[in-house]
Amino acid sequence: MNTAELQSIASQVRRDIVRMVHAVNSGHPGGSLGCTDLLVTLYFDTMKTNAPNFDMDGKEEDLFFLSNGHISPVWYSTLARKGYFAVNELSTFRKLNTRLQGHPATEEGLEGIRVASGSLGQGLSVALGAAQTKKLNGDNSLVYTLHGDGELQEGQIWEAAIYAAHHKVDNIISTIDYNGQQIDGSLEDVMNMGDLRAKWEAFGWTVLEMDGHNIDEIKATMAEAKGLSGNGKPIMIIMKTSMGKGVNFMEGTHKWHGVAPNDEQLADALSQLEETLGDY
Amino acid sequence: MKQFEVTGNKDTRSGFGDGLHELGKTNPNVVALCADLTGSLKMNAFQNAFPDRFYQVGIAEANMMGLAAGMTIGGKIPFTGTFANFSTGRVYDQIRQSIAYSGKNVKICASHAGLTLGEDGATHQILEDIGMMMMLPHMTVINPCDYNQTKAATMAIAEHEGPVYLRFGRPKMPIFTPDNQKFEIGKALMLNEGTDVTIFATGHLVWEAIQAGHALAEKGIDAEIINIHTIKPLDEAAVIASAKKTGAVVTAEEHQILGGLGSAISQTISRECPTPIEFVGVKDSFGESGTPAQLMEKYGLSASNIVEAAEKAISKK
Repeated sequence: MNTAELQSIASQVRRDIVRMVHAVNSGHPGGSLGCTDLLVTLYFDTMKTNAPNFDMDGKEEDLFFLSNGHISPVWYSTLARKGYFAVNELSTFRKLNTRLQGHPATEEGLEGIRVASGSLGQGLSVALGAAQTKKLNGDNSLVYTLHGDGELQEGQIWEAAIYAAHHKVDNIISTIDYNGQQIDGSLEDVMNMGDLRAKWEAFGWTVLEMDGHNIDEIKATMAEAKGLSGNGKPIMIIMKTSMGKGVNFMEGTHKWHGVAPNDEQLADALSQLEETLGDY
Repeated sequence: MKQFEVTGNKDTRSGFGDGLHELGKTNPNVVALCADLTGSLKMNAFQNAFPDRFYQVGIAEANMMGLAAGMTIGGKIPFTGTFANFSTGRVYDQIRQSIAYSGKNVKICASHAGLTLGEDGATHQILEDIGMMMMLPHMTVINPCDYNQTKAATMAIAEHEGPVYLRFGRPKMPIFTPDNQKFEIGKALMLNEGTDVTIFATGHLVWEAIQAGHALAEKGIDAEIINIHTIKPLDEAAVIASAKKTGAVVTAEEHQILGGLGSAISQTISRECPTPIEFVGVKDSFGESGTPAQLMEKYGLSASNIVEAAEKAISKK
């Protein structure tokens, strides 16, 4: 898909995100806005899926796992806009009896979701398991994951990192949302992760870097990553992003990690985001 | 009191290992993961026969649970193997979110459960695992009693869709259940029909319950003995019918009395048919180093403790 079309979808997804969290006065807009360009590019350009059809086993299609489950709004909107479920269902986000739980879940059978996430640090392990099943099944499609940078403070991530290199899981392309922010402040102040590139390389991964808001660059980096798959090493992309991207007063701060805009702030945000596909 | 023929003496973990090896031959979707305890879990036969379906995870149990959850996506049936402590308490949130809440078809196979792990002491002697696993929605909890039953249970859980916790142990125990038995998940097994008191036992304590049954018979007490190999889902009909029939109940388990078999049984009978009940199990304490026999005696998990508990329950009728 061409870049202008992807940008157009991303604008609508960002509208969906701020409207969803505003409607229930809860949810996580900051990280969602920051990862919008990535998720839209993955689902509408990079990944080979059977959308709108969904099957839990996902054989012969690329899979995506969201490990930092709190940015569920961006995932739900992207899945709905891709056709996995009706766009109108976005209006049920976080409401009683919804399939769009606060954090992604399989319990209610929402199409597009293959494992629950939210308690951090677990998604890389799950994705590696799915990737190894693909190998056993002779299935050459790929597994994609997304992780928060703060999430890397969980020890399980590094257990998984060691395992992936040892077992040569080379059909996985992971991405870190490197926005430098976590709930209590900047990553640097709360728990400095140091040189992420050196860390992942030391753990035996091939590391790429990209600007998470330049769709041409995301497309090119994903193409490069695909080309590197199958070479005996897992692949990690460090994606530089700005939390709250697209809404000027939310950008670059951890303050909008888990806070919803009020009515005035919503109007301000929507005035900055073009309605391209029609609001739900 | 019925006589049980002892046909051998083997550890229940070997029943798991042999069952897993059989499954490898018959079910190509079965895969196995182990966290650096392949010999202790008796997984070598599977590993040697099916190296492509065996995953060494190293000392990283949290990762193992996530991997297993992910391997189900695409149709594999993962069996994880490590000690019971590292299969549950260490990885509770991974099991809760990635396996139970996500409804994944993972078989969590846990050896060295309870006091009979012996000399390694309390750090490894988990006595809370049944309770933790029982509390998780969607989880099936099974604690078979001897080698044959553990082998049969291992093979049966591959046919069951959904997460399972299979608990077994380290020491050699008498084999008294049939070879090649059919294992029915959730079906209590009547071992001896009686009229005066019911002993509900699970795991290694089933054999102690049988010994207690003989001792009670010598005292003129006719004990009904039921093997509750599946603690969840509990065979409530069998529990209620027996409690109503005998009017006195004893539960016996190599586990904390808080949150294990005793809790499950008492919840059922207090709701449906309030009956005097006594609990044989570890009384809210950790274990310690010692031989399995010494520990079972010190912590009150022997046949003699079941006899005392039965007499006490009867006295409260």
